[in-house]
Amino acid sequence: MTRPNNAITRYTAANRVNHWITALCFVLLTLSGLAMFHPMLFFLSGLFGGGQWMRAAHPWIGIVLMASYLGLIIQFWRENLVNRDDVAWMKSIRYVAVNDEEHVPPVGRNNAGQKMVFWSMTLLVPALFFSGLLIWEVYFGAATSIPVQRVAVLVHSLAAIAAILVWVVHVYAAIWIRHSVRAMTQGYVTPGWAWRHHRKWLWELASEQHDKAPPRKHP
Amino acid sequence: MSDLQSQDYVRRSASTLTPPSVRSHEDEVAKLIDVSRCIGCKACQSACMEWNDLRPEVGHFEGSYENPADLGPSVWTLMKFAEHENEQGNLEWLIRKDGCMHCEDPGCLKACPAPGAIVQYANGIVDFISDKCIGCGYCVKGCPFNIPRISKQDHKSYKCTLCSDRVSVGLEPACVKACPTGAIMFGSKTDMKHQAAERIEDLKSRGFDQAGLYDPPEVGGTHVMYVLHHADKPSLYSGLPDKPRISPVVGAWKGFIKPLAVAGIALAAVGAFFHWITAGPNEVTEEDEAEGERVLREADAHEPEKSP
Ligand code: HEM
Ligand code: SF4
Ligand code: SF4
Repeated sequence: MTRPNNAITRYTAANRVNHWITALCFVLLTLSGLAMFHPMLFFLSGLFGGGQWMRAAHPWIGIVLMASYLGLIIQFWRENLVNRDDVAWMKSIRYVAVNDEEHVPPVGRNNAGQKMVFWSMTLLVPALFFSGLLIWEVYFGAATSIPVQRVAVLVHSLAAIAAILVWVVHVYAAIWIRHSVRAMTQGYVTPGWAWRHHRKWLWELASEQHDKAPPRKHP
Repeated sequence: MSDLQSQDYVRRSASTLTPPSVRSHEDEVAKLIDVSRCIGCKACQSACMEWNDLRPEVGHFEGSYENPADLGPSVWTLMKFAEHENEQGNLEWLIRKDGCMHCEDPGCLKACPAPGAIVQYANGIVDFISDKCIGCGYCVKGCPFNIPRISKQDHKSYKCTLCSDRVSVGLEPACVKACPTGAIMFGSKTDMKHQAAERIEDLKSRGFDQAGLYDPPEVGGTHVMYVLHHADKPSLYSGLPDKPRISPVVGAWKGFIKPLAVAGIALAAVGAFFHWITAGPNEVTEEDEAEGERVLREADAHEPEKSP
């Protein structure tokens, strides 16, 4: 991969592969789930080879999603711990919305918005997984009572809608903040990107860089 | 009567448009099961298997006349036997023919996500169009009577059709034809209610004060009705629901949330688009690049503070 020589690595290859497996599963689950969610979207079942195939595939894709998202939790939970900067950033949300970076306080590797996406999904994906198992007719149809399954399908529906809304915000933010997508496809950002959006992270990187600098660089 | 042209639908699952219904000028039908006249011979159960070519697996004796143990993908009607000790200390053997009630407001149809997999004809019969069924099991959650069963072989949902194929050509359901005591009757719903009224009067005159008709209004009435000697306590009859209604959880799940959620998602996407064309993309400027470079350069040039 060709990178400019001042590129800063934001996501490792492992991060990226894990992220895109998750993304693919999520998109497939959204398409197949929405087909069952609303009659006007049932045509989406055609993408999966028809209703029966879609119904059969959805929970299996869900299992892959759960496993894959666990990987993301393990890799990313640390940098999503909430701190004071997040409060300050949230307070300046109206400046964030209009690209007025001058008035947005500096943040570390992730801002409060990114952390909210992370923690919402950390809540919603397991909720979808467990409610999904309860309504998986083929294997668990007889495992729980019908009243339990009624609640589970309602929970699954509501959690899916919440997750899709979070996902819309997540995808739009990636498009809106230019060159974020490249961070997740090619793995790097430029120093200017880090300065503009994650200034404290850049400062941290800079100080780490000189702490850890090999002796030969400073003869 | 329902015709094979399918132009007499009054309800169709997962459909937002009016189903084809021009040939809908027909009487509502009903099956009336007079529990007090049933002798538990299971002729109806056999006739159902015979007409519909159903052969459930041979099971095990479970210590009860009930056989098989439960409704199933190939058991559409099942005689249920309950022993009840009445106030006088006498034993009553309450036998009920269980199966789909053909609700006027069917919970199964309401829950089904597959367009046209469940339909209701103008005559009131609720039918599963199995070809369109995706096997999700939502109908199981929607039904207040615990009726539909999903086959493990073909992943389709099955239940009593009220012999819609026979009824459509002017015949009575197979179970009705087979019953040797005349405990099962079939005709227009109005006629069946008259018939029931006569039977109930007779039962009352013989000491069953609580005799009555089971046609639960909570589901808009049913197209399979019972004459019960204990109409005040339907649950005595192997758990026939006292007040069957589509669960409020199902109501919430299938109610206004759906259109609202779809609109919400669409709105979020449209909102994002308008943000893009008003606030616009957030681009890194050349000054940002210069500043970013400066930070890295300065850190590089800086003598490590911690070094001695
Ligand atoms: C994480 C593991 C998941 C499992 C095990 C799972 C399982 C299921 C099952 C069993 C069904 C019933 C239909 C069928 O049998 O296929 C279903 C429906 C559905 N799923 Fe999932 N699912 C999961 C994740 C998701 C995700 C991530 C989404 C979307 C964000 C989603 C959206 C939906 C929707 C919208 C429905 C239809 C609900 C309705 O009819 O109201 N699911 N899911
Ligand atoms: S199992 Fe079949 S009939 Fe039952 S709700 Fe699902 S698609 Fe409809
Ligand atoms: S009894 Fe159950 S399966 Fe039969 S019509 Fe009513 S809701 Fe549907």
